[in-house]
This record gives sequence, structure tokens and C-alpha cells, in this order.
Amino acid sequence: MSAVTASHPYVEALLKGYEIPRSGASWLNERRAHALERANALSVPTTRDEDWRFTDISQLIKTNFQPIASSSPPAMSEISAFVAPEAVLRLVFVDGVFAPVLSSTRGMSDGVVVTPLALAFGTHAAAIEPHLARHATFENDVFTALNTAYLRDGACVLIAKDRKCPAPVQLLHISIQKEAAVHPRCLVVAEAGAECTVIEDYVTLTDGAYFNNAVTEIVAGEGARVTHVRLQREAAGAFHIANCAVVLAKEAYYASHAISLGARLSRLNLNVLQQGEGVEVKLDGLALISGRQLADSHTLMDHARAHGKCQQLHKCIVGGGAHAVFNGKILVRPGAQLTDSAQQTRTLLLSDKARVDAKPQLEIFADDVKCAHGAAIGQIDAEQLFYLQSRGLSTESARNLLTYAFAAEVVDRIPVPSLVERLEKVVLAQTQAA
Amino acid sequence: MIHKDAKVLLEVKGLRAKVSGTEIVKGLDLVVRAGEVHAIMGPNGSGKSTFAKALAGHPAYQVSGGTVAFEGKNLFEMTPEARSRAGLFLGFQYPVEIPGVSNSAFLRLAYNTVQAARGKDELDPLEFDDYVRAKMKLLEMDAAFLDRSVNEGFSGGEKKRNEILQMALLEPRLAILDETDSGLDIDALRVVASGVNRLVTADNAVVLVTHYQRMLNYIVPDYVHVMGSGRIIKTGGKALAEELEARGYDWVKAA
Repeated sequence: MSAVTASHPYVEALLKGYEIPRSGASWLNERRAHALERANALSVPTTRDEDWRFTDISQLIKTNFQPIASSSPPAMSEISAFVAPEAVLRLVFVDGVFAPVLSSTRGMSDGVVVTPLALAFGTHAAAIEPHLARHATFENDVFTALNTAYLRDGACVLIAKDRKCPAPVQLLHISIQKEAAVHPRCLVVAEAGAECTVIEDYVTLTDGAYFNNAVTEIVAGEGARVTHVRLQREAAGAFHIANCAVVLAKEAYYASHAISLGARLSRLNLNVLQQGEGVEVKLDGLALISGRQLADSHTLMDHARAHGKCQQLHKCIVGGGAHAVFNGKILVRPGAQLTDSAQQTRTLLLSDKARVDAKPQLEIFADDVKCAHGAAIGQIDAEQLFYLQSRGLSTESARNLLTYAFAAEVVDRIPVPSLVERLEKVVLAQTQAA
Repeated sequence: MIHKDAKVLLEVKGLRAKVSGTEIVKGLDLVVRAGEVHAIMGPNGSGKSTFAKALAGHPAYQVSGGTVAFEGKNLFEMTPEARSRAGLFLGFQYPVEIPGVSNSAFLRLAYNTVQAARGKDELDPLEFDDYVRAKMKLLEMDAAFLDRSVNEGFSGGEKKRNEILQMALLEPRLAILDETDSGLDIDALRVVASGVNRLVTADNAVVLVTHYQRMLNYIVPDYVHVMGSGRIIKTGGKALAEELEARGYDWVKAA
């Protein structure tokens, strides 16, 4: 099998220099080989594909990405602004390469493993094998297939049965090389009754047009509780495509706080699969974009079992000539009775040229369920604006405050105070620039 | 308190104002001097609230004629925020809810903005906290209101107290209180009225816009004006309000 026989020249370019790893467990090699096969067979989506109707990635395809050059990682002082002080455990990846000197893995309590995947393949294979590249399916997704074919390393968080990780874990992905194509990978497994908060964070020290093609898998066992904060703060010229697959066993709890601020073009597919009865899910999303940015968020809440609860709130703040896309699907499969699933999406358009495509989708195949969705798109409320002005605030600061307030509903619920504080500043700075 | 030679704060001459193309205020004249309390009464639709909102500069209310001088300056050349900074205050009939903005942050921002515009010192969050809590005590407001979003989920009475709290913080030269009494039970009315009474000095003035006479039992007006068809059709003292309460508005129109 050769790496450079892809059906699509773009995939071929991305696979340039690809080498099949010689070492590795046979199960891993098989999955990588299968993924490579699929990457070669699949073509890159266009706006003719329903799932990509509003998101034109032709700019991504035109960019000629370069392989990662080996370089020394940045100094701690350069990245300290990105570090969440609450996170005792931190894994840092620079252009996809694990940076031990920037990471912090000391002080892991019993039953908590936070380690690069490359290490975990040797030490925790039994815990990883049932999950890695099993939940983020790549049969029909070229980006997940590419990421999986490239799977060498990544972040691995394992929480043993009934253990609780006392502080948030930060998985920090830093981009420094222009025009690099990187395939970040994360695996989080919380066994039955386990608890953890994971911050998956994409930041940059360059303004280049690099490409992050991320895949994350999160597994919550019976009664486990996982809180997932996802911050995408890529460079303004970057491309960010991410697939996140979440699998929930009986009575598991999963809360997602997904914030998209950066990138010229970003796409997040967040797929949550309810595999057991009685799960509880909270999905918060915020896209704050301006200029020529495009931020696309596709979510799927798949209620495959009964008694699932899900509350979703997705917000977009769109300035300049930016374009937000939201596609939120709630699927209630046959037999998933007493599902209670509610989705809200609200968009604030800050300019005449700003655009949003919001598409709530309910597919219900059970007859005793409660499902709701609502979509609202608007501008700054004139009565609220006047009220603030009548108290002395300038039009500009009143608009900023109201824009901030719109974002705050999502931002304030992030359970990491330092991130809330930082995001508040980012939101204010971005609304002032819009 | 009427002093004939007190400074004129507001001088309205022949004011006309429209809402969505319909003229509601049709030639209104009013002079308010420092130290005075005025009540503007009248039936629904007589133009009371339109007058109040036009003075504050609400964008939905277009001024179509007449002049308004505020401390000698042309009010209509000023933005709503400039009017506020110059010392004009509108207490809203229906204060809007602003989810996501904490009341304390809003109050401090408003206070500091107006202080800065007047060349006075701003307060940092800790200093402001002490300052605002003292003002809240006067209005018998629970400090928990500071942590809630602006007016969100407040009862009618709580919203009105929050309006008077803002008046207390911003120390306007002229406060126009639009139906501040509506939605208040008798205890809340007494608290709000005593708050307003404490704020009235010889240097400022209050215009109460109200449908009913009951608030005037607590805040005694120097002048009572009756509006009808977009202008002031009768002016008197406190006794006029009582007569209106007893006889309704129809006899004024007839007279």
C-alpha cells in the first residue's frame, strides 16, 4: 500500500511524506492502515454535500501545507498567557508534537492518568484499545480518516473507576509553524463513576495559514461525569477542522462548553451518542467571529436509549462580513422513550454584511418524548441600547456591553474562572474591533 | 419648594412629538425651576409618556416642533447619553431587562461614566460597592440585587426601586419619573416616595408623570399639570390632584 495514490489530489498533498509507522501494536497499525485506505478513497467535501452546504472549504484546498519541521518548542514565558492556572495537569503539544518541558504531569492522583498517547500505548494499552479510533468513525469522513492515518501521538486522559480528578486537565495545542498541517488527537476515558474536567485548547504563536485537523474521543462510563471545555482560538488566517465523538454509558453526565473565536475557517462536528439509559447532557456553544471569518458548528445529539436529557444552547455573534453556520440535530431513535431534549440557538448580527445559517433538525422515532427547538436571529435590542444610553453610556460602550452580555450566558457557565475572565476580555476586545 | 427667582432648569416651548408618524405631543409648554416638584397627570393617551421619552431622546419618538432648553442649552442637539451626563434622568415606566449584565457592573459603569463627564472622581469596584450599598439601604433594597442581571426577573416594585437607585447614584439636576408608582404596592410606594423625597434639594427638580393621585400623597407637588390631547390644559397646586382623583379627568376637558 502506498501513501500517495489518493483519489483526490488534495488528500494526496496532505499525505505527502506519509510513512507507515514500523512499530506499534498490531491493532493500532490496522486502524491506521484502514484509515489511510479510507483517506485515499474519500474525496474532500464541497458545498454540493448537504453537510457542507454553507461551508466552502476551497480556500483550505488551495493552500499548500508543508510537513512539520523539527524546531525547538517555545519558552514557557511565551505560552504562560495560555495556561489555565487551575489546571494542575497539563499536556502541551507544539504543532502536534508533545512538549514535555512545557507540560505538567506531576501530582497525578491515584487512578488519574494524563499522559501522551505515545507513552500510553505501552503502559495503558488495555484501557485505550477498546476506544481509540473506535468512536470517531472515519469510514465516511476524510478529515477523521486523515487524522487517524497520522495517529502517532496525542493527549490521553484516563480516569479509573470511581476516581475523581480534583482539578481541570488542560490539553494545550500550540501552533507555531506557518502552513503546517497538524492532526491533533485527544482521548478521554472516564470509567464508571469517574469524574473529570478537560480543557481542550487550541492557541497560536503565529499568524500563519496553518491547518489543524483535530479529532477527540470522549468516553464516559456508567454514572461518570465529564465536563469538556473546548476553546478554539486559532490564528486569524488558520483553518481548523475538528471532529469530536462523545459516547455515554448509562446515567453518565457530559457537559460541553465549545467556544470558537479564531480561524479564518473553522468547523466542529460534535457528535454525542447516548449508549445507555438516563444520561444527562449539556451542550453550550459560542461562535464569536468578525472580518471574513467562517465558523461552522454541526452537533448531533443521538438519543439511542431511553430517558436521556439534553439541554443545548448555541450562540453566534457575527460581525463584519463573517459567516456563522449552525446545524444542530437531535435524533431520538426507536425505543428512546421519555427523552427530554431541548435546543436553543440565538444569533446576534452586528453588521449588515454578517450572515448566519442556522438549521435545527429534529428526527424523532419514539412517541413518548419531549423535544423542543428554537432559533432566533437579531440585532442589538434598541430598547436596551436606549436604556444604557439614558444612563450616560456612549452608543459604543452600550453596544459593547450588550454584545458582551449576549456572550456571557455561555461564557459565565464555563467552570474554570481564569478562562471566564480571559474570555470576557477577548469578547470585549473583539466586539470593540467589530 | 417654589422660589420665583430660582434657576430655570427646563424650558419647553411649543413642543410637538411623533411616534411612528402620529403626532402625540401637540404644542406643550412647561417651565421647571430648581427646587420644584411638578406632577404631570392625565388620562391614558394624553401624551405624558411620549413627552417624557422625547425629553430623554428615545429614538422612536421624533420631535416635530418646538424647543426645549435644559439649563439654557438646546436639548435636541444632545445625544441621549449627553443629556444624561448633563443631569437629565428618566425613570422608566417599564425598565428593560438586560440578561448577562450584572446590576453592580451596570450601576458602576453608569456612575463612573457620569462622574467622569462631570470631572469628578470615579470609584473602583470596592469603593463603589460600599457607596451603592449605602444608597440601597435608603431604598430598603436587598444587596442581592447587585449580583443579579439588570432588572432580570425583578418584580415590578423591584424594578422601580432600581430606577430610583440609579437616580440616587447619578444625582440628576432634573429627574422625570414616568409612572414610577404603577405596579407598586402601598409599602413599596412609601419606600420609593421617601427615596425620591430624600433626593430633592433646592438645586434640582422632579417631574412626576402619573395617572393617579396616590403617589402625590407621599411626594407633595408644587405644581400639578393636566395633559389632554398632547398639551397641558390645566395647571394648579396639590388640590388639583385631589380634585382629579375625586372627579376624574372629563371635567377638565369640558372646562
